[in-house]
Amino acid sequence: MKIAVVIRQVPDLIEPLEVDSTGKALDLSSAAFVLNESDDHALEQALLLKEKHGGSVTVLGIDFGDVDSSLYAAAAKGADQIIKLLWGDPNRTPPPQQAAPMYAEVLRPLGPDLVLVGVQAHDELDGVLPAELAVCLGWPYVGVVRGVQAANGKSLLVCKEFPGAVMAQFEVRLPAVLGILGAEQPPRYVPVSRIRAAMKTASIAEQQVAVPPEAVRVEVARLYPPAPTERAEMLTGSPEEVASRIAALLEEKGLLR
Amino acid sequence: MLQKTSSGLDFLEQLAATGEGDSPLGCMQCGLCSASCPLGHAMEYPPRRLLLRAAAGQLDRLLKSPTLWMCVGCYLCSFRCPRGIELTDGLWPALRDRAMQAGIQPPTELQETFQNLLKYGNVLGKSPRQRLQWADGLDVPVLDLSKQPQPVEVLWIVGDYPSYYPRNQPVARAFARILTALGVRWGVLGTKECALGECDRMFGEEGLFEMLVEKNRQLLQGLQFKMIVVLDPHEFRAIEHYYPRYGMRYPVEHYVTFLANRLPELTARMVRSVEATVTYHDNCCVGRRYQCFDPPRALLGAIPGLKLVEMERNREDSLCCGGGGGGMWLDAHIVAHGGYRLSDERIKMAARTGAQILAVSCPFELSRFEDAAKVTGLEGKVQVRDIVELLAEAMDLVEKESV
Repeated sequence: MKIAVVIRQVPDLIEPLEVDSTGKALDLSSAAFVLNESDDHALEQALLLKEKHGGSVTVLGIDFGDVDSSLYAAAAKGADQIIKLLWGDPNRTPPPQQAAPMYAEVLRPLGPDLVLVGVQAHDELDGVLPAELAVCLGWPYVGVVRGVQAANGKSLLVCKEFPGAVMAQFEVRLPAVLGILGAEQPPRYVPVSRIRAAMKTASIAEQQVAVPPEAVRVEVARLYPPAPTERAEMLTGSPEEVASRIAALLEEKGLLR
Repeated sequence: MLQKTSSGLDFLEQLAATGEGDSPLGCMQCGLCSASCPLGHAMEYPPRRLLLRAAAGQLDRLLKSPTLWMCVGCYLCSFRCPRGIELTDGLWPALRDRAMQAGIQPPTELQETFQNLLKYGNVLGKSPRQRLQWADGLDVPVLDLSKQPQPVEVLWIVGDYPSYYPRNQPVARAFARILTALGVRWGVLGTKECALGECDRMFGEEGLFEMLVEKNRQLLQGLQFKMIVVLDPHEFRAIEHYYPRYGMRYPVEHYVTFLANRLPELTARMVRSVEATVTYHDNCCVGRRYQCFDPPRALLGAIPGLKLVEMERNREDSLCCGGGGGGMWLDAHIVAHGGYRLSDERIKMAARTGAQILAVSCPFELSRFEDAAKVTGLEGKVQVRDIVELLAEAMDLVEKESV
């Protein structure tokens, strides 16, 4: 199976976030960027499928932040090919509607059977990239996927999670795009020495892509931190008093039967 | 002597070539290591058997065993080995490295620590920009050498826990006051400070350790200082023993010896008594590894009113807190595989002496022993205090009630 994985760089949330002077965006001027967590799971899922069924894994990332490190780490983990997309502006990432055609442009000639993308990114509204990408490619799409099995050469069995921990199994025709929530096992750790070795042996293929016009379909009107509410009640007193107050509260809220 | 029978011997020969201790091929299978290991009883392959099986060519089996991640770096096996084999700094990290190179995954908690070091340069996964937070509102000036490079007597590498961890921050603050009170000209690396990689080598993540060494090489280049002082015994080990291998030679002292060498000046400033019975926990790294047993006792003994009592298993026989060699992030793994938290056992030993205070000199130990006090029902009965805190109290340099 030929598998492609899309990885994104997102702001690192260990730094406090602040709204910029426009009041419509985050001030990311001093943010650090890291690999998007669910994309890391998409990569892990791809590597697991390759280990089980053979094939190859190609990883694509837009030139931004620390993408080189993420690509080399992917190579150290077992990716066969790593590609960096150059779109002319290394100082920002394009919104998903604009990014999807760029990824599609690189993916079409590669002809993968399967494209895996993290189902969400925390700098993205509603996690639309994998669905947009499926539309660009004209392929079927399933999101919020937590497990992938090859059924036969032509289709896959995928496990999709719904709210309330309800799981459903779908059969998906290939080629397809999947939005991965979690791989079947946590993303593997690769020792730094192996990443360093990959930096010497693997090479990042750079590919210029056409930049589609930025189609703004949803505009941010205002961005603001959640207003603090004063609903917290601190329980004090002896353990017995606190315990009976907790019990009374649970009953009051209808959580006890 | 182990016989040369298999490919596992290549591994042992490579280990011998590192020059860490005497050759593991000299093992005579006496088993003193396994019997001494505080977790040996729970290991599928205690140290003696690790060597035997490696020599018998069963390396693959060893690499997959949970045993690999049960060493807490207490040095007891190496210290007692009659053949001078360096198991703690030699065998264990080499096996772990071999395992990770073969794609075997270390326990999840440890992976997270590796990622934190790789991304942020500290084990706690905190923002590097907040590294100086411990000094917020401090009543003595902190010289940030990364911003104002100038010659100093002491470059104090604060360390991850004292910089970030709420229970350790008061220790950092107390140490800053003591240095200032002693008239020492000191500075820190501020937000540029980066973990020295004290334990990663022992975790077996050699590549990560080398990356941190390189970062620190760049940080220390061009700075003028007479010596480095650290609060963490593992950091002392790193600079004293491993950094010279990368061409970085610096005079370094753990704070206990640094302060013990200035005992008269300290004593002259002790204006308050600390009326308490105190027992001291010898840490493994500066204690057993460097045989530093008297300086911490000299510091505690100098405090007016303080009565020092000894625990069973003291000095070179001290029972490890379980936090070294990655142990700080391996509790769940160790307990899941039949081991126990050594700190729980150790705090009970402290309580048996009748001491009200367990004094420590390693940043890991405060939280390890305070947690141990909670789970053993000793909370409120045995207090855990760093020697720095007790000295500051005697010198009336305690945290003033601000705000």
